[in-house]
Amino acid sequence: MATSSSLDAKIPQGPIETKWSKYKSSVPLVNPANKRNLEIIVVGTGLAGASAAATLAELGYKVKAFCFQDSPRRAHSIAAQGGINAAKNYQNDGDSIYRLFYDTIKGGDYRAREGNVHRLAEVSGNIIDQCVAAGVPFAREYGGLLSNRSFGGTQVQRTFYAAGQTGQQLLLGAYSGLQRQVGMGTVQMYNRHEMLDVVNIDGKCRGIIARNLITGELERHGGHAVLLCTGGYGNVFYLSTNAMGSNVTAAWKAHKKGAFFGNPCFTQIHPTCIPVSGEHQSKLTLMSESLRNDGRIWVPKAKNDTRPGNEIPENERDYYLERRYPAFGNLVPRDIASRAAKERCDAGYGVGTSKLAVFLDFAAAVDRYGHGEANKNNIANPSKEDIITWGKAVVKEKYGNLFDMYKQITGEDPYEVPMRIYPAVHYTMGGLWVDYNLMTTVPGLYALGEANFSDHGANRLGASALMQGLADGYFVIPYTIGSYLAKEIGTGKIPTDHEAFVQTEKEVKDRIDKLVSIQGKTSPELFHRRLGQIMWDKCGMARNAQGLKEAIVEIRALREEFWRDVKVMGTTTEFNPELDKAGRVADFIELGELMCIDALTREESCGGHFREEHQTEEGEALRDDENFMFVSAWEHKSIENWELHKEELIYDNIKIAQRSYK
Amino acid sequence: MSAGNMHIKLKVWRQSNTNKGGFEDYSLDGVSPDMSFLEMFDVLNEQLIEAGTEPVAFDHDCREGICGACSMYINGRPHGPLRGVTTCQLHMRSFNDGDTIVVEPWRAEAFPVIKDLVVDRDAFDRVIAAGGFISVNTGNAQDANSLPIPKEAADDAFSAAACIGCGACVAACKNASAMLFVSAKISQLALLPQGQAERSIRAEKMVAQMDAEGFGACTNTGACSAECPKEISMVNIARMNREYIGAKISSTAV
Repeated sequence: MATSSSLDAKIPQGPIETKWSKYKSSVPLVNPANKRNLEIIVVGTGLAGASAAATLAELGYKVKAFCFQDSPRRAHSIAAQGGINAAKNYQNDGDSIYRLFYDTIKGGDYRAREGNVHRLAEVSGNIIDQCVAAGVPFAREYGGLLSNRSFGGTQVQRTFYAAGQTGQQLLLGAYSGLQRQVGMGTVQMYNRHEMLDVVNIDGKCRGIIARNLITGELERHGGHAVLLCTGGYGNVFYLSTNAMGSNVTAAWKAHKKGAFFGNPCFTQIHPTCIPVSGEHQSKLTLMSESLRNDGRIWVPKAKNDTRPGNEIPENERDYYLERRYPAFGNLVPRDIASRAAKERCDAGYGVGTSKLAVFLDFAAAVDRYGHGEANKNNIANPSKEDIITWGKAVVKEKYGNLFDMYKQITGEDPYEVPMRIYPAVHYTMGGLWVDYNLMTTVPGLYALGEANFSDHGANRLGASALMQGLADGYFVIPYTIGSYLAKEIGTGKIPTDHEAFVQTEKEVKDRIDKLVSIQGKTSPELFHRRLGQIMWDKCGMARNAQGLKEAIVEIRALREEFWRDVKVMGTTTEFNPELDKAGRVADFIELGELMCIDALTREESCGGHFREEHQTEEGEALRDDENFMFVSAWEHKSIENWELHKEELIYDNIKIAQRSYK
Repeated sequence: MSAGNMHIKLKVWRQSNTNKGGFEDYSLDGVSPDMSFLEMFDVLNEQLIEAGTEPVAFDHDCREGICGACSMYINGRPHGPLRGVTTCQLHMRSFNDGDTIVVEPWRAEAFPVIKDLVVDRDAFDRVIAAGGFISVNTGNAQDANSLPIPKEAADDAFSAAACIGCGACVAACKNASAMLFVSAKISQLALLPQGQAERSIRAEKMVAQMDAEGFGACTNTGACSAECPKEISMVNIARMNREYIGAKISSTAV
């Protein structure tokens, strides 16, 4: 498994602080007259896709944008809650581009690329400027300036937010920019369309095959470049915080057409989600990490303590994060907080009926804020009841929508009893391998946002997904795409009657026909559940060689069974969500196999990838920098057959160390 | 999860290319009070597939009350009986054992039914495309803190911007008016200093597009706001009227 010569990340030479600015001033440009003749296809309209489509259209390119939802405004970026990071240092607390860069590399457990991450930190401030200009109503202080809060893995306040709906506000901002271009006719929007394959001609990506989800019709769309902004693949676990429709299909089709898949086993399990309540559960709901600013996480000191949380006295509680990690306390990064919760529950200290939950408690915050309000209003000797009332009001202003959501889902009032939380699949750091230009291993095919692997290493810090999505779309791709398209000005319109389009469309059609013709006994939903169970049990928060080997065998058997026994109702020429789902589940099954292979190959623990065989005596992740300081980029050869390519990671600007938050 | 022992009867609107539409009756056992309304529909669909019948098509995605995809008209109310809650966040504990629940799609001329409970809400996208934005190209922004915005204005803009674009306001309105949706966007941008430059033209163009889509007029009944899962206030409609009249007085455009 030697490093392949095809894996050149194309990181510009020179000191890290000047790589991006030098790149920008030397990248080839495309003149406005030529831009008008170049077509760009953008698949997915979340933060990365909407911002890219709008910005490229503003520059003068002809853009076609696709989403499977009924409107681009529904992309799952909308559900991001807590915030977006930027190295503005508005709080005067010592933040800088370097610190954001450093925190992100360290947070990613030294498995992310320096050049990309530094660029991300550099443009982070521009994102906030852009969003404010576009009318995003971020939270503000009474003086009218922007407010910030803390997130995990950092010791500064650099997170900008809009209550617990930051993703919604940012996406609607990007969406309004996109709709402006749609209104001007510079972007053609195709909603309720699903990309089902990419079309390559002479080694370059030249378009896509999309399916109109209302009529079932297959369509050919040609473009000089194709951008996949299609999000992550957390739904491979069936239960996750992703939306029901979030899927890997676009990325997976690209992978099978030559795009390498980077670090597929790097998945993020978010520590603060509402626990699973029953077998009919269709998805899990996140409780924003911002809650860890004020909430304290604990379990009872005694096993099997069944008293309600608010009746357990202070000295019988184990605030295990504060105990284990005094420097960062409840704000340790997600992978660490998740594993610590699992450790306590596995040891028998879990709470709730399932015993797979820990408490997230706001009593101390209510008390602190209550006293703060009393001081602010010069009230001496306030009663305990008044303190609680005022404190609750402050907590409500900060986290009201999250508390309401918790109450609606669980039927419990978190203002009165501590929340119960447990880790759940949330984000995937892995994704299509891209170089510094965000181009995959297929020329002309790009991946942006969560769909690529590039910036978060083995663990993403909170409030960095929104930052990366918008960085890629607003500020990176508009520059980097020029280096490719400058050579395409003589290409002319892409002919969609080319043999490659005909052939690819036929493959897509054959597969759809096959799905509906099997008429077995098991619904796509049930296959999805079974896949999810295998993945969660054997490739979830903790993994070992034995389990992963079993999982690979089980997934292969599941795939075989799927293609023999799946039952898809309805026809191919109408609105048919069952058929859409069947195709996505088939792709998830193949991806699941690769994730297990990747997890098995990576004989170390790092970030969200925890191999039980590789841990310190204290149960922390034990990296093996000597043998595994590389990106795993998998090339699809044939069914069940992948070749591993390695991109060595080089750290010139950060001293690598064992990650410590103690 | 408490034991799934509720029995529920459903009357669900079924419609397709070949079927002009009508109610079908279904019966479900073993429903748990902790199930969400959509999870109850998942169980129904599994049951239908098992029986070789086509499952009910319905729009849904995030299932946490923010994407705005889900859109069921439940017992005569968009998103069902609770205030400030979307269908996906509605749980079966809000119903009683033995209840009959009637489920229909949004009904409005501007929202044609695609299939069963799924409607076409593209009209909303077109209204936004007509003017629901600030015309600022990427790269032109000044430093974010160079423009202080009073907290109150920012908070009010945020409250309007919390609209999820689900269309419940239209479905709730006897006139199928989209005034609450349109006014929420107009308000958000009119309240912020960044939105001032295009304030007049925005109100004119968005209202013109709203009318062109076939939405009805507003008669200040207030069902829209009462049924809005994000509790968007009627004050926005008053503000939109003010914006629109102000714009029209000096208009040279639309």
